[in-house]
Amino acid sequence: MSLALSPDEQAIASGKDGAAMAMRIVADSARLLGAPRLIPIASAHIDGALYHGDSGTLFAEKLVEGGARVCVRSTLNVGALDLMGCSRIRLEEPARGMARRMMEAYRKLGCEQSWTCAPYQAGHRPALGSDVAWGESNAVVFCNSVLGARTNRYGDFLDIACAISGRAPDYGLHRTENRRARLVFDVAGLSAPFLGSEIAWPVLGSLYGREVGNTVGVVIGVPSHPGEDALKAFGAAAASSGAVGLFHIAGVTPEAPDAEIILAGAAPETVIRVTPEMAARARAGLSTATRPKAIDAVAIGSPHLSLAEFDMLERLIGGRRLSVPVYACTGRHVLSSLEQTGRRKRLEASGVIIVADTCVVVTPIMPELEGGILMTNSGKFAHYAPGNTGYAVLYGSLTDCVESAVLGKPTFTDIAA
Amino acid sequence: MSAMAEILVPGQAGEGEALVLTAPISFWGGVDPKTGRIADVRHPQHGQNLAGRVLFLPGTIGSSSASAVLLELVHNCHAPAAIVLHEPDAILLLGLIVAREMGWETPMALRLGRDVFETYRGSTVTVAGDGALAIAD
Repeated sequence: MSLALSPDEQAIASGKDGAAMAMRIVADSARLLGAPRLIPIASAHIDGALYHGDSGTLFAEKLVEGGARVCVRSTLNVGALDLMGCSRIRLEEPARGMARRMMEAYRKLGCEQSWTCAPYQAGHRPALGSDVAWGESNAVVFCNSVLGARTNRYGDFLDIACAISGRAPDYGLHRTENRRARLVFDVAGLSAPFLGSEIAWPVLGSLYGREVGNTVGVVIGVPSHPGEDALKAFGAAAASSGAVGLFHIAGVTPEAPDAEIILAGAAPETVIRVTPEMAARARAGLSTATRPKAIDAVAIGSPHLSLAEFDMLERLIGGRRLSVPVYACTGRHVLSSLEQTGRRKRLEASGVIIVADTCVVVTPIMPELEGGILMTNSGKFAHYAPGNTGYAVLYGSLTDCVESAVLGKPTFTDIAA
Repeated sequence: MSAMAEILVPGQAGEGEALVLTAPISFWGGVDPKTGRIADVRHPQHGQNLAGRVLFLPGTIGSSSASAVLLELVHNCHAPAAIVLHEPDAILLLGLIVAREMGWETPMALRLGRDVFETYRGSTVTVAGDGALAIAD
């Protein structure tokens, strides 16, 4: 089926301005995807303002020069600079100037200066069933799975093009029939202490992503709602190890009151029964460092830390002084409350380096260190840190990360899967 | 060996040594946007460079910034000579769509069955404007 544009859409696409360029990009993508039409969207989350090189800056500036503006609510994902000045970014000129120009161009296009990969915890929560165009793999999977709004995995450029045109290709997860589960991921065989632990969610997310690829699945055997930050960690890990855009958890996420409903009465095409051995292997696979004697840093906050996660961090540190820095990445929505209560100063006095508007794997913040070892509780950091920072990673719970940062060497409390 | 591939995104005809990846890759974090080198230490082709190669991709995973990395590779002349995919990948190929809107010369993206990827391994491959993929003599 070929793409049919409305007369209005055709008129916009045939122009020479920024709006025309945006409409053509959306239409070309729709053709590539085999979408029959474009549909209106209610909001966008834009991942395109992170500097990867000059090309992205030139693209955004071409839209600005063409007079383009977003026509729906559009929040911004992280940039390459800490505009709040919490941490020092080692990005040198001319890249630094180009990164700043890029962030400025997206502001001029009318996007909100949210600068977070967790917009859903910064007040941007589209309604259940609404169509939106979100970028950033963890935000996409959270938006679909936990909020029940409908988005595909919009890449850089298509996200802003959708925001300007107010349209998205009618395809994939926008369509009800593509949102039902075809696979069952059964975690009932895992121990209750493991399922109740913090590490269960990034570990299982990492395993889930690798096992399911881009198939929509339903997780069964989860005894109770694990909390929003756990779902955030699960989705982020799953979207790093696989192409996951939507998951369901029976009895937890909004479209899956139970497994039968979300399977739409059909038998699952695949059933994955997760064994303790599989979970243990997935957990081991998150580390690339083998038995290091010391660690050089801890990084947390991928996705960006919530206020509740800062509460836990502060409680675990308990006023002690850290031997190695803990890089705590978050958005300005959390930073303002940390500052109001004087907590930012207390955390920094302990040796925490707060990183706002960005994070340690997308821009150079941590010192370059041959053979450096980074400890993290984030499945997403564990996945991307080796390639992007050169540090080998060691995966552990937040408790273990904090204890290790106090001692300067890795320490683990074992929780059997 | 010669095959007719479906053109996913039109672009420049070209030639290059085949690079057949044996596992899906995340362009963001997996490929260095400055050089085209495969930076993901967990990837079986880690250390290989995709610049100027005819790249056979079994699939992509991970971040939705793949298009930005590909656009940057086109802009700094480190893009593959052509990209051959088993199925259209709208996130990655958007990098080529945007490069065309910017008026830059772009490689072609083609669709071919994954089962024949291996027949091109180790060869120099020419990509014609009509989508014909042939092993150069």
